[in-house]
Amino acid sequence: MNITEKDIMEHISRRHIEWEHQTYTKAIKENPERKKKFKNLSEIDIKNVYTPEDIKDLEYLDDIGFPGEFPFLRSVHPNLYRGRLWTMRQFAGFGSAEETNKRYHYLLRHGETGLSVAFDYPTLYGYDTDHALARGEFGKCGVAISSLVDMELLFHGIPLDKITTSMTINGPAAIIWAMYIANAENQGISKEKIGGTIQNDILKEYIAQKSYIFPPEPSMRLIVDTFEYGFKNVPKWNTISISGYHIREAGSTAVQELAFTLGDGVEYVKAAMKRGLSIDDFAPRLSFFFNAHNDFFEEIAKYRAARRIWAKEMKALGAKKTRSLWMRFHTQTAGCSLTAQQPEINIVRVTLQALAAVLGGTQSLHTNSMDEALALPSEKAVRIALRTQQIIAEESGVTSTVDPLGGSYYVEWLTDKMEEETYKYFDRVERLGGVIPAIEKGFFQREIAESAYRYQKEIDTSQRVIVGVNRYQLEEQPSIPILKMDEKGEDRQNRRLQKLRKERDNPRVQSHLQQLRKAAEGTENLMPYLLNCVHSYATLGETCQVLRDVFGEYKEQAIY
Amino acid sequence: MEKKIRVLVAKPGLDGHDRGAKIVARALRDAGMEVVYTGLHQTAQQIVNTAMQEDVDVVGLSLLSGAHMTLFVDVAILLKEKQMDDVLLVGGGIIPQEDVPRLKKAGIAEVFGPGTPVEEIVSYIKKNVKR
Amino acid sequence: MTQLAEKVIAGDHRSIARLITQVENDAPDAVETMKQIHPHTGQASVIGVTGVMGSGKSSLIFELALVYRVEGKKVGIIAIDPTSPFSGGALLGDRIRMTELSTDEGVFIRSMGTRGMMGGLTSALYDVVEILDAAGMNIILIETVGVGQDEVDIVKIADTTLVVLIPGLGDSVQTIKAGLMEIADIFVVNKADKPGVEQTVAELQSMLDLVNNLDRRIPIVATSAKEKKGIDQLTARIAEHQAYLKDTQMFEQRRRQRYEAELLEIIRKRLMDFIFDEKKLKTTVDCCIDQIAKKELDPYSAADQILGKILK
Repeated sequence: MNITEKDIMEHISRRHIEWEHQTYTKAIKENPERKKKFKNLSEIDIKNVYTPEDIKDLEYLDDIGFPGEFPFLRSVHPNLYRGRLWTMRQFAGFGSAEETNKRYHYLLRHGETGLSVAFDYPTLYGYDTDHALARGEFGKCGVAISSLVDMELLFHGIPLDKITTSMTINGPAAIIWAMYIANAENQGISKEKIGGTIQNDILKEYIAQKSYIFPPEPSMRLIVDTFEYGFKNVPKWNTISISGYHIREAGSTAVQELAFTLGDGVEYVKAAMKRGLSIDDFAPRLSFFFNAHNDFFEEIAKYRAARRIWAKEMKALGAKKTRSLWMRFHTQTAGCSLTAQQPEINIVRVTLQALAAVLGGTQSLHTNSMDEALALPSEKAVRIALRTQQIIAEESGVTSTVDPLGGSYYVEWLTDKMEEETYKYFDRVERLGGVIPAIEKGFFQREIAESAYRYQKEIDTSQRVIVGVNRYQLEEQPSIPILKMDEKGEDRQNRRLQKLRKERDNPRVQSHLQQLRKAAEGTENLMPYLLNCVHSYATLGETCQVLRDVFGEYKEQAIY
Repeated sequence: MEKKIRVLVAKPGLDGHDRGAKIVARALRDAGMEVVYTGLHQTAQQIVNTAMQEDVDVVGLSLLSGAHMTLFVDVAILLKEKQMDDVLLVGGGIIPQEDVPRLKKAGIAEVFGPGTPVEEIVSYIKKNVKR
Repeated sequence: MTQLAEKVIAGDHRSIARLITQVENDAPDAVETMKQIHPHTGQASVIGVTGVMGSGKSSLIFELALVYRVEGKKVGIIAIDPTSPFSGGALLGDRIRMTELSTDEGVFIRSMGTRGMMGGLTSALYDVVEILDAAGMNIILIETVGVGQDEVDIVKIADTTLVVLIPGLGDSVQTIKAGLMEIADIFVVNKADKPGVEQTVAELQSMLDLVNNLDRRIPIVATSAKEKKGIDQLTARIAEHQAYLKDTQMFEQRRRQRYEAELLEIIRKRLMDFIFDEKKLKTTVDCCIDQIAKKELDPYSAADQILGKILK
């Protein structure tokens, strides 16, 4: 007699029920479970055990597939880390360009394989170091870049045709990108040869990170300008890093991180298509940026679900090229999960989070340093963070096969569940009129604030344990060395700015700024004008002010 | 009508991380206080003027960008200048322990670092409000 | 005259703030000061701004204040947010839209919670309007919560009431509460940069056509606080309305209504305080309530008893 798959499944179900009522029930009668419910960070109930029943509707070929083929659930590349390891790309920057340049050389010496630039707040907001609003903020959370001069110092001694650079910059992204390109050109390296990423994701700024400058419409215009300029002139550059990291850091759940990020991504694609760009021209250079938080399997399921959802959405939007369907991403381990209490144990948190990212198939990874709840990373702390990646890569064996968790009853079920929840969010946003109307109505911000508040309540009532904070505390905190910055850096920077403003060809600067203003008032692509401005050493602040004048500034609404 | 504790929660400077400030604002509200939230990008002048018009009992500053030694102290100095000594000034965010003594000397009564339960902040305020 | 009264009349911001706190907290000292400043009130134009949540009232008030400042007027702004009935606390976030005005010496902004008034305006609001008036404000803008009774009660205190709507409000203008539509002296369709403005304005027009008001046609102004459009038209309509009130003597009528409401509110409060004061009547009241529950006494006879004690 032929035993069909259906028969097998029915048999399993019957045995499962028996197991539940006998073996399992007996065990928990003797030893009650530690919690009534085991929820993950997206409030999804996790069962005691997962079986083939949980994935019985999954078809391997249609729903899971092979690495490098639609729906790319297992990987965008056919052989992933067997071919090439993820890029070890540590986010770094502080003080003046010279100081940060030294840190970049340190990191490269110790084995990082890609650069990542953190800018200080004045730079993120498009202000020069000597602007009134920059008071007290110089170099504190990133490097200060006020002009092409600083960009030159930042990358001194680094071959820009041999290494890629990611820059976390949003409001003034186009201007900073122009400085990077100009610097490379000055070094004799043409646009076709440079590679890297600009974050350039303004939608999540409104939702979470809040380093916006202009209102949504002109911001989107600038972003599409960069897409267009990018695929035509700087083909190896990812002109956007559609981000969920910050949404998660602001307190969202993993499902919200997934849904809001991919939703933003679709919005950008639509905006570019609205201008008349062909999807297969710019889509291959869209990239993503996710968080790696604490719930190990949830994070892995999240990355996998992201790949499948993006591939489906892009197909639905008309993409034909394979590369247009790829969800390539960078990951950073969760800053908000690190504690100021017993900082050394953060190394352990980061290790688990990094492992989840690798098992999820990340293309690029930043691991946090143990001291990040206290200050910017010291040399020792960032070296350990880098070594964490290197040990996973070289010693753990997880890189030997692609998507090792594929086929796990739990992980496949969870991947599906997260995809289902994501589409529910897509529908809600659709009903609100789309991403930008939803932002104006405060939808995302409210969802995030709710999740953040609930999470905090769980910690404060000890429902959720944070080791070292509400359990396993220490009276005396161990002391670890904190990064000290050069106190004279700000003065040096201000003098450099003054010198620059005096010695450059000022009529030329003014002329370029004027041309930029005219173009900004129209509809031309602004990249060539920005390149002219930065080449003639207009400062970031001056260039940005022109755009502020034309585009206006964004003011947010209050949502708790 | 019983007196309500009025608190100003402010984000000085350019720092855009408002997750903590919003959570604290909500918790204080749930504890029965009236919380005026300024939003982002406040100068010391704006914060102190707002504190004065709103006649708050407490000013809480939230900063995660590292600029606290300048910006918190700016607010403390300005409060003193305006003779608003009966206002309790507290702060929170990413502030290394070693900076806390100097901040306290400048007039910030207490600093609540990462991991502080919100209940602790609520109790502290209730106990230490000067008016 | 108390020192505080003097300083308030002189326009000292710190003193204004202090006095407002006192009246909000029912401080007995405040009464004397309030008595003394009353003769100095009466010149401020009070403009109520009400409307559905999300209609951009705060931003609109900000833009109005800017125009009035250019005209050299002193502006007081009262921003009201709901007090939580559970905790008694409140999140007062309307100032976010008004950051730039925080350092303008000619502007005074105060955030207030509704403080558990069972519907209707917070009783301290009358006092705060008097305080800002006496302190020399030419214009007082009051932003109400946007839900509940206080939306409609704003007419008791304002000379001119603006009802703010936004385009494309779901179905139509008819779905908005009837009371809200009746109190408007001026309709404002804010966020006019969004689609659906013409339709909303047209619906408002046809609704107004049905009302047989021969005296005055209620104007409709489309504004966009975001794009700073229509604000001048709005201030012009407000000025027209104020002139209309003065010409038809409705101004005195409205002011009388405000003072009546204020007087009744003070009396009501004192009565309630008296009745629920432990040392005064609370025990009697509690006793009556017990008896009512046991059916030994009916509510009307209980009222007779309690009022009898007060009025004796």
